[in-house]
Amino acid sequence: MREFAYLRAADVAEAVELAGPQGKYLAGGTNLFDLMREEVERPERVVDISRLPLSAIEPLPGGGLRLGALARNAHVAADDRVRRRYPVLARALLKGASPQLRNRATVGGNLVQRTRCRYFYDLTAACNKREPGAGCDALGGFNRTHAILGASPNCVAVHPSDMCVALAALDATVNLTGPDGERSVPVTGFHLLPGGTPHVETVLRNGDLITSVDLPPERPWHGDYVKVRDRASYAFALVSLAVLLDVRHGRTVAARIALGGVAHKPWRAYSAEEQLVGAAADEAAFDRAAAAAVAEARPLDHNAFKAELARRLVRRTLVELAGQS
Amino acid sequence: MSGHIPVRLHVNGQAHDLSLDPRVTLLDCLREHLGLTGTKKGCDQGACGACTVLADGERINSCLTPAVQCDGMEIVTIEAMANDELGTRVQDAFLAHDGLQCGYCTSGQICSVVAMLAEHRAGRPSAVTEDLTGPAPLTDVEIRERMAGNLCRCGAYNGIVAAIREVTRT
Repeated sequence: MREFAYLRAADVAEAVELAGPQGKYLAGGTNLFDLMREEVERPERVVDISRLPLSAIEPLPGGGLRLGALARNAHVAADDRVRRRYPVLARALLKGASPQLRNRATVGGNLVQRTRCRYFYDLTAACNKREPGAGCDALGGFNRTHAILGASPNCVAVHPSDMCVALAALDATVNLTGPDGERSVPVTGFHLLPGGTPHVETVLRNGDLITSVDLPPERPWHGDYVKVRDRASYAFALVSLAVLLDVRHGRTVAARIALGGVAHKPWRAYSAEEQLVGAAADEAAFDRAAAAAVAEARPLDHNAFKAELARRLVRRTLVELAGQS
Repeated sequence: MSGHIPVRLHVNGQAHDLSLDPRVTLLDCLREHLGLTGTKKGCDQGACGACTVLADGERINSCLTPAVQCDGMEIVTIEAMANDELGTRVQDAFLAHDGLQCGYCTSGQICSVVAMLAEHRAGRPSAVTEDLTGPAPLTDVEIRERMAGNLCRCGAYNGIVAAIREVTRT
């Protein structure tokens, strides 16, 4: 691991000041510290924010819930309000990582965790994300776990988070503090597609610090988080899925579908949602929605199975949720 | 450039005042600086759980945790389990049920079990908990999911589950 200046901040303003444009914020460390050891990340300044008072989970006026950026994944998943009102989020968190990691990993850190693409970790491989302009060895390499949606010739990596897929379905909001003050962005617009700049992964500008995530007031829908992986637990998703469905008198009133493990960001399947809303909640509509969810899929050499897997998961989950309505 | 950072670690009830490079993990601090070699280094990247210790009562991967972040924390390692009533029962049950073969993962497994039982008593759910609104009975499926963060390459999982089942029955 390269040497770095280790700095502790007393409050958010001081953290932003200490970090400057090049600094990295250290919270749970489960991803950043590992990447630093591999020398994929080589920050010269590391600002330890783990003691800042940002770990509360608090009700919002109007009925939502605010998750502090430093709330541990395990604590969010165990929170009674999250379990009762946002079970899709609790389930997504519980299907991520291991108990030990969830005890350290934070809400903010989960949002900015980096891809697990092997070529990104391998310093001897070409990776535009690690070294802009170097090329992408995953494109013609072993890309079974890579993107089928929204990728570019510069990068086919996927975002590894489960939590973010649930947040995308919930239309959560990310609150930031930066050198220019505070601002909020919808989580669906927080992560970026790779395009020509795969090293730019989020809308965070240099020095921005995530302070919290807001969940909107709950709505009367049935939801679930489904994850398919190579082993029964403690593995990243091949394909995961957050679905929220509101069916009344046989008709779909509202639907949200977000896919994980398929793109550079949590992937909202808006066209699939459009197939559902206002239509009869029947298998024909679910078939159309499932097909629409992967209509834009562009598989690589080794991951064509992901499109069919995603299609079947969407269909099956919609059938199950409609059965509960 | 890193410089050394003053750190006070409370390990198994004993305070240690250290001056550490911020690159030192809690795992290396325990093993190399404090001579507590019961905690094992398996993958050193948060994938195997052999380095599991308790920090302020919660199980963590000590290989992924910078020691300087543990300033002021209460760390409990396998060395303390000999003087812990539950820790002793868990160790005895592992022996009785062949919950190990080579033993390399065992100290992490034991620490993980002690914390896992506390999490379960506190009502924390797992990925296989069907009803998120109530307490989950500690079935074998729950035990396996809740212990998923500790790999055993010898494959002593059935013995480990049997050991945990015995501890929860007594």
